[in-house]
Amino acid sequence: MSTKSLKARHDVLAQSNKQLEILNGGLFEEGELPFFKDKIDAIGAYPLRPKKLEILQINVGYMCNQVCEHCHVDAGPDRKEIMTRDTMELCLEVIRNTGAHTLDLTGGAPEMNPDFRWFVEQAAEAGIKDFIVRSNLTIIRANKKYYDLPQFFKKHNIHVISSMPHYTRGKTDKQRGDGVFDSSIKALQELNAVGYGMPDSDLRLDLVYNPSGAFLPGNQAALEADFKKALKQDFDIDFHNLFAITNLPIARFLDYLIASGNYEDYMYSLVEAYNPSAVASVMCTNTISVSWDGWLYDCDFNQMLGLKVASKIKHLKDYNEEVLNDRDIVISQHCYGCTAGAGSSCQGTVA
Amino acid sequence: MADTYYDPADLRKFGKISEWSEELGSKFFDYYGKVFEEGALSAREKSLIALAVAHVVKCPYCIDAYTKDGLQRGITKEEMMESVHVGAAIESGATLVHGVQMMKKYDKLSM
Ligand code: SF4
Ligand code: SF4
Repeated sequence: MSTKSLKARHDVLAQSNKQLEILNGGLFEEGELPFFKDKIDAIGAYPLRPKKLEILQINVGYMCNQVCEHCHVDAGPDRKEIMTRDTMELCLEVIRNTGAHTLDLTGGAPEMNPDFRWFVEQAAEAGIKDFIVRSNLTIIRANKKYYDLPQFFKKHNIHVISSMPHYTRGKTDKQRGDGVFDSSIKALQELNAVGYGMPDSDLRLDLVYNPSGAFLPGNQAALEADFKKALKQDFDIDFHNLFAITNLPIARFLDYLIASGNYEDYMYSLVEAYNPSAVASVMCTNTISVSWDGWLYDCDFNQMLGLKVASKIKHLKDYNEEVLNDRDIVISQHCYGCTAGAGSSCQGTVA
Repeated sequence: MADTYYDPADLRKFGKISEWSEELGSKFFDYYGKVFEEGALSAREKSLIALAVAHVVKCPYCIDAYTKDGLQRGITKEEMMESVHVGAAIESGATLVHGVQMMKKYDKLSM
């Protein structure tokens, strides 16, 4: 596994237009597989339009302590895109006035933003109902200065959503790097110790499962049961829900698919698993994604592909929820990842 | 003409068999789908049985399909390999048990 982002390696796939060329070309251009647009047009869902805004997802920076092989953000220690306090101020303004009930902080490792704690403290006061931080777990054990994160999360009643590729060491470390499994286990135990994830606790701790390879996630409920049983039995760990998320063919996962000769098969699998009833609930229909520099996107995936919202309002500084919500969602073939099987979003399955 | 008898890309064309016999094809796929639903056996257990049988019948398509299916279900490689050994053990047992026939015949023919 590389310890550098595609960007630091000057890989062509670090360029979003190259990724889009691949997603729009090949099998789709040759007519072997249908374009996503045509597929949803057949059920009258094109153009895809937002419903009520429920989730504000803010990406506070692409820096991460890990360099996971499947990362759609191409995050890593070498990424310098970090949200400044000025942009955070713009976010807070929006958070205070939004109709959304959920605030979802993501990254990279959001905790690595130097103003992360300040931002959480301010945002927590805005009274948003569900305040999520996506934590990769190992960050909690990465450095002494992060050891008190579980306490900090608890103090601000943060809903912690953490990635955990598998309940076995081998699979976890292969996807996310050596030692990730052990430190994730330790971090989960520490979250449990302050009350996170316990059966009747209000301190929500959910896990995210991404397949560690070129295959789709299986049944979410069955996976959750397996994870619960194994983590309890082997490590006495409790958590609330497991979200099974499909890997989208973007950034490092796209790079992996191509390098391992799995790209075509994977796209076939996604298209084959297309579930029309998932279309109405894809994430972009109730979410706005904000980048570290304040631009607005339909989702975190579009953000990584450089596809800004198709609206007059493109940046936080001009934010207007009503105008923004009246837009067509920008789509491409990566969207098949959201409609495969039971569907996939940052909150797990949708159909 | 393909260079080999087996082409991995043929697996995704499996559904096409219905094109030449709609009725039998769709009956087969209905049956197939039903068999693999959760039942007295879990879908997970069925996947492991399918993997073992795939090896015994030496079908490269089924091996690809049920390795992937196992991964999707979170089945570990240790579980997969054990299931292959179950298939192999039954298959070799089936060969070896015929040794009894050989022994009987040997004894019968010998003075
Ligand atoms: S998947 Fe998450 S933890 Fe892994 S490199 Fe990307 S942002 Fe970091
Ligand atoms: S990738 Fe983004 S835009 Fe496409 S369907 Fe998924 S959430 Fe919507």
